[in-house]
Amino acid sequence: MPKLVVRNLRKLFGTFEAVKNVSFQVEEKETLCLLGPSGCGKTTILRIIAGLEVPTSGEVLLDGVLVNDLPPQRRQIGLVFQDYAIFPHLSVFENIAYGLRVRKLSEAELTRKVRETASLVDVQSILDAPTKKLGLSEMQRVAIGRSLALDPKLLLLDEPLSNIDAKARERMRTELGKLQKDIGIATVYVTHDQLEAMTLADRIAVMRDGLIEQMGTTSEIYDNPKTLFVANFIGSPSMNLIDCELVYNREEAVLKFGDLALDVTELTQRIEGKGEGRELVLGVRAEDLSLDAKKTNPVAIEAEVQLAEPVGAKSIYHLKMGGVSLLAKGYGMPNIDAGSKVWATFNIDKVHLFDKKTEHAIV
Amino acid sequence: MVGVRLVNVSKKAGKRQILKNVSLEIPDKELFVIAGPPGAGRTTLLKVIAGLISPDAGEVYIGNQMVNTVPPSDRDVGMVFETPPVYPNRTGFQNIAFPLEIKKVSDSQIKEQVQKVAEFLQITHLLDRKPATYSGGELQRVALARVLVRKPRLLLLDEPLKNLDAKIRERTRVELKRLQREFGMTMVFSTHDQLEATAVGDRIAVMKEGMIEQIGAPKEVYNSPKTVFVARFIGSPTMNLAECTLKRKDDRLVLDASDFNVDMTMRAHEMDREAMSQELLLGVRPEDIVLLDSPANTKSFEGEVELTENFGDERVVTVRVGKVSLNCLTGKDRVFKYGQKLHVKFKEEKVHVFHKQTGIAACVTSQM
Repeated sequence: MPKLVVRNLRKLFGTFEAVKNVSFQVEEKETLCLLGPSGCGKTTILRIIAGLEVPTSGEVLLDGVLVNDLPPQRRQIGLVFQDYAIFPHLSVFENIAYGLRVRKLSEAELTRKVRETASLVDVQSILDAPTKKLGLSEMQRVAIGRSLALDPKLLLLDEPLSNIDAKARERMRTELGKLQKDIGIATVYVTHDQLEAMTLADRIAVMRDGLIEQMGTTSEIYDNPKTLFVANFIGSPSMNLIDCELVYNREEAVLKFGDLALDVTELTQRIEGKGEGRELVLGVRAEDLSLDAKKTNPVAIEAEVQLAEPVGAKSIYHLKMGGVSLLAKGYGMPNIDAGSKVWATFNIDKVHLFDKKTEHAIV
Repeated sequence: MVGVRLVNVSKKAGKRQILKNVSLEIPDKELFVIAGPPGAGRTTLLKVIAGLISPDAGEVYIGNQMVNTVPPSDRDVGMVFETPPVYPNRTGFQNIAFPLEIKKVSDSQIKEQVQKVAEFLQITHLLDRKPATYSGGELQRVALARVLVRKPRLLLLDEPLKNLDAKIRERTRVELKRLQREFGMTMVFSTHDQLEATAVGDRIAVMKEGMIEQIGAPKEVYNSPKTVFVARFIGSPTMNLAECTLKRKDDRLVLDASDFNVDMTMRAHEMDREAMSQELLLGVRPEDIVLLDSPANTKSFEGEVELTENFGDERVVTVRVGKVSLNCLTGKDRVFKYGQKLHVKFKEEKVHVFHKQTGIAACVTSQM
């Protein structure tokens, strides 16, 4: 039985429909990530699951039991806020014990439970420390520990890594990943950061305007985006999306854009005649466009480098190709700098094709 | 000539030394990035250049002129802050036109210049609207327009992309670089984000606790970090570090990290003299570790997969070798399971070595 079931959820604020008919489930030990830009409805869904917001219609089931009418404190759900909401005047021990004290456990039982939880989130050595002196990553652990102490059925995390500087965020993301593996609890995680979602989630639900656009594993969503929105939102730099049209020339299939023509005969079977005569969008990820200083590949297309952005061992190249702007990403090539001519080859196997009207993927 | 030169600039706030002996030289028309974690002194440094803070010691030059005693308004410097102050009850046009009104520029000229800069920044649709209706990115661009309309010789940007959504940040980053090129400005840009720093900067100064640790081109600070701090700050995922010592074994020179070792014989001439007798740190970037299913015929070490992170186009696999966890970068087509045994091999020519005590590089790693 799934741990959490959300069925046909809708939420209206006045006349604004923040959540439009959303359904999903979360299995035991699974982390589901609700990902989308601000205003897509992801936090509203989280608050409905927690019981902080009442849905206009739809159901929330925990362990198969309908919890729509249960108040938040009786849902057995742990909620970790964006700023962690650690009580600054209490020690780490008292922060973790906070919810247990409300439950009126015996002192011995309470101490046992706090110690057990503390070792799970690896804060057992700082239990007596005042929370004022904690680092960010310790605060995160204490906040998660405080939720876990109450043996929740489900953990909800609301943008736990925003408001943190880039380097610390990277470290905490990895730590959070390890912690999730150790505690193995069903989790719903809300974020607008696609990298966070890809690295931490078992499955991702990409949201837009109150609806789930696509749900799947990181690989499914990254490699096979079903809509233009998902293609554009997932991945950094964003996928190149170019307006084009499909033209058949005897046995050859060619995509025309700008002054260019790309031979996509190999893809004819997958296109299944759906592309002809329609406005299409060609999608290609920056890493699926390879660059060469010379024309070694007969199908390579000449391009001019307008800007090179070094990002670690790789670089992002801003190209102008037959009147079209494109990005390519790859390991740094010497002497490829702004103004230089290069030869670009599309990795045809990795090319995407979308219908411009419906925004849905064809290939 | 509107370069910037700082000579031994120091600044204290109360007992805290915010800037310690900072010296740097920014040539005309360069896009110079000041990178560092929060609290490194980046904003103070920008304010010293702008004249909003006067240093306790040291000299500030803009062009050939020493400007220590020149008030901010006469320095011809534009500065855009992290949260740009705009007048909420003025429209976009009125906000951008404000600095020109003060200069008593004629109405027709104001109109022309505001229009021109608004077109360049693609904010003509905001000219009639008030700031309350702007998104974070739009607000940032209006503030930028207000500074650009004055055509300053030197533009200082303090974390200009911090409050923007990830996707807009990516785009604005490129816009700023184009802008700097097209206007032929000298630009100083501060950020905590190392990726942003390497992506936009012609050169980068990496700061830590009020001091400059290293200045160099993006590739230079990435490939040849001079200190452990720079090595760890620049690059994501972060460079792996392990304690080690340098030993002679027969006729080989080996960095011994107890759980694994790296043969440095071919690079003996690059190591400094003190390296032999001191405690060292071995640094290796995640992309410089090769993952193998079975042991290699040369040097490789057995490890176990602790964690995998899918980045879309590549994967970060955390492998435990003895007591050390190593982040390794690999292609997206390989799948690894939690607990899986595998073998790691180091690209010896790309290994970095630092003195553990001082954090200073003990070995020249120069692969441009």
